[in-house]
Amino acid sequence: MEKFKVVHYINQFFGQIGGEEMATHPPEKRSGPVGPGLGLTAQFKGEAEIVATIICGDGYYNENMDSAAAAIVEMVREEQPDVFVAGPAFNAGRYGVACGAICKAVKDALQIPVLTGMYEENPGVDMYGKEIYIVSTRDSAAGMRSALPVIGKLLLKLARGERIGASVEEGYFSQGIRVNFFEEKRGSTRAVEMLVKKLADEPFVTEYPMPSFDRVDPMPAIKDLSTANIAIVTSGGIVPHGNPDRIESSSASKYGEYSIEGVADLVVGEWETAHGGYDPTAANHDADCVVPVDVLRDMEQEGIIGKLNPYFYSTVGNGTAVASSKQFAAEMAQKLIEQNVSAVILTST
Amino acid sequence: MKLVLGYFSIEDIQFAEEPRLEDGVLFVDEAALSAEVLADERLRAAHFEIARPGESVRIIPVKDVIQPRVKVEGGGEMFPGMASNVDVVGSGTTYVLEGMSVVTVGPIVGFQEGVIDMSGPGEVYSPFSQLNNLVLVVEPAEGVTPQEYEQAVRLAGLKTAMNVAELVRELTPERIEEFEHLNIVESSRKYPDLPRVAYVQMLQSQGLLHDTYVYGVDAKRILPTLISPTETMDGAIVSGNCVSACDKNTTYHHLNNPVIADLYKAHGETLNFVGMVITNENVYLADKIRSSNHTAELCSYLGLDGVIISQEGFGNPDTDLIMNCTKIEDKGIKTVIITDEYAGRDGKSQSLADASPKANAVVTGGNANMLVEIPPLDKVIGSSGYINVIAGGSAGSLKADGAIEAEIQVYTGATNELGFNKMSAR
Repeated sequence: MEKFKVVHYINQFFGQIGGEEMATHPPEKRSGPVGPGLGLTAQFKGEAEIVATIICGDGYYNENMDSAAAAIVEMVREEQPDVFVAGPAFNAGRYGVACGAICKAVKDALQIPVLTGMYEENPGVDMYGKEIYIVSTRDSAAGMRSALPVIGKLLLKLARGERIGASVEEGYFSQGIRVNFFEEKRGSTRAVEMLVKKLADEPFVTEYPMPSFDRVDPMPAIKDLSTANIAIVTSGGIVPHGNPDRIESSSASKYGEYSIEGVADLVVGEWETAHGGYDPTAANHDADCVVPVDVLRDMEQEGIIGKLNPYFYSTVGNGTAVASSKQFAAEMAQKLIEQNVSAVILTST
Repeated sequence: MKLVLGYFSIEDIQFAEEPRLEDGVLFVDEAALSAEVLADERLRAAHFEIARPGESVRIIPVKDVIQPRVKVEGGGEMFPGMASNVDVVGSGTTYVLEGMSVVTVGPIVGFQEGVIDMSGPGEVYSPFSQLNNLVLVVEPAEGVTPQEYEQAVRLAGLKTAMNVAELVRELTPERIEEFEHLNIVESSRKYPDLPRVAYVQMLQSQGLLHDTYVYGVDAKRILPTLISPTETMDGAIVSGNCVSACDKNTTYHHLNNPVIADLYKAHGETLNFVGMVITNENVYLADKIRSSNHTAELCSYLGLDGVIISQEGFGNPDTDLIMNCTKIEDKGIKTVIITDEYAGRDGKSQSLADASPKANAVVTGGNANMLVEIPPLDKVIGSSGYINVIAGGSAGSLKADGAIEAEIQVYTGATNELGFNKMSAR
């Protein structure tokens, strides 16, 4: 089998050109592995080879980011590699930023897998860790020996197009994407061990760092309901009979817009719920208990509200991703504004 | 309270006219078991099938999984208040049929149930693929409502498990385990220097066929209360729900609660396992506030240093979880919570519907939205078409060749929040 072709990026120091005094060294390409590339090659066990090494001064890269990236991308393109790897940069700040930036540039331009390695406090992790694989290393080159096997293993997986496991399994920094994997111990054992550490004031690592939530301030109250146009938006899955838009019973990927013009009551056989996860008997029997058209029509007649908006919007909330919900809501809000809606009643199940 | 569990290892199940346990093989009389099930007039048809680990078998739609146990000494019978008279359980001796379960199958509402694959790539997601399963397939009588049907299937499963376990009543178990639950004064005297830890178990009680029963009481109607961990081993808590089957506790889970097992393992070594509090997950805000208040007060009353909180379900109960966690932390008691995640198929969404910086110690059972493609299996017990409507599946989940494409949400127990499994996420 042909070996996977790898191009490796390193700085002037690891390229054995010189220290800080040579940081202005412009990008140059050499064939084959150089410096840490030799150790990395050993990890490939014949399955991949470093066909070229690009060496660039840290100062040069950081002072000429656009032109340096463009030049290096061209050097990489000439080699037509399967994978691009940079560093590892450990805790060297400018080197880390260069490794992250050039990996991203190569990934964007050539659409090939890229990876690098650095220490958790390297600014390159914050800047590029969400977009590329950055293997977690120690803070100095003394960690080269432990870093190379991890980088080598991940590189081969990327080259083969294999599924990449969770960050803790593969040793890269979390990209904010939740990936399932199997731990060695069951969850309850992990919970007891975590609690014992927490009780002893010892360090412990949560498996899910809590996100900071959006909190939306409510709009001011409507002063005069009798002129207001009231709309209904529901995550309770009420749809016309037969679910014409085929909204999923869980993890919905869409929402529906339905006319209730001239409809006084959502009657059985004409309306139903698409929502999984709860006993739908009551909702199918009388969909007004989720989308209260009947009561709002009464209030319209009695003059308590100005009118009920002729369209309502419906999706299924069951297990539906927040990202999808945000997208639906943004589109619905635009449509509601165009229909001059003054207020929305949000119903769920 | 002291409970001895005596274990019998079940290596295989076979149908036979003479029911018995012989060299690890359980022989059951299908006709007799079916007749008992059909004594309930709400059920029209019933039959049994056997699904063994490694067989090319898919079970769908799964309602409950129950481990056969029989009380041979001490007060009460299994599943008090549900399938036997109300009496206090949790002491004496109980025999356990290990390595097997009774699985109930029947389309209660269609999308409320789960899947077990006995082999293939789906095998890893349901822990019940590792058991010899005696599968009870039932159909409702005409005119029976889903609520009545659900109750009938629930009882049929419990009673079948009890009937099967009767076979070992007079036999001698292969090994025994002892669990003692001391009263609060005794345990303080015995372990004065160990941190005081309790377990808060949240029970699914959202209603509309998402229910759990405690001594026969619908958990929606309980206030948080103390219960001996040994009572759960005798069936004091029974499952009445399985929708989004990945993170619902079957009755098997309640009987074999891993948090209780692991707290017992650490008891007397690194902590003093003082006891457990059960609370509910009702949908009304007032109920959530009331239950979380009471839970925190009970934890404070027990003079605890630490608590493990387990959730059941997701979305709406995430708010109960965070309320329990923050209110208990506010009492100066340290918490670890066990949950699972709905981070979207791409894993990029917020995993829970609520959050707090105080919930800084989280164990996760994984992302339930993860999409999997599973090739067909040779045999289906039940009906594979339900995969298109089960929570986690969607129209088109069932392919023409019998393969399925669905979220792991469909697998019974896949992302269990008692920490029953090894799966996690980062």
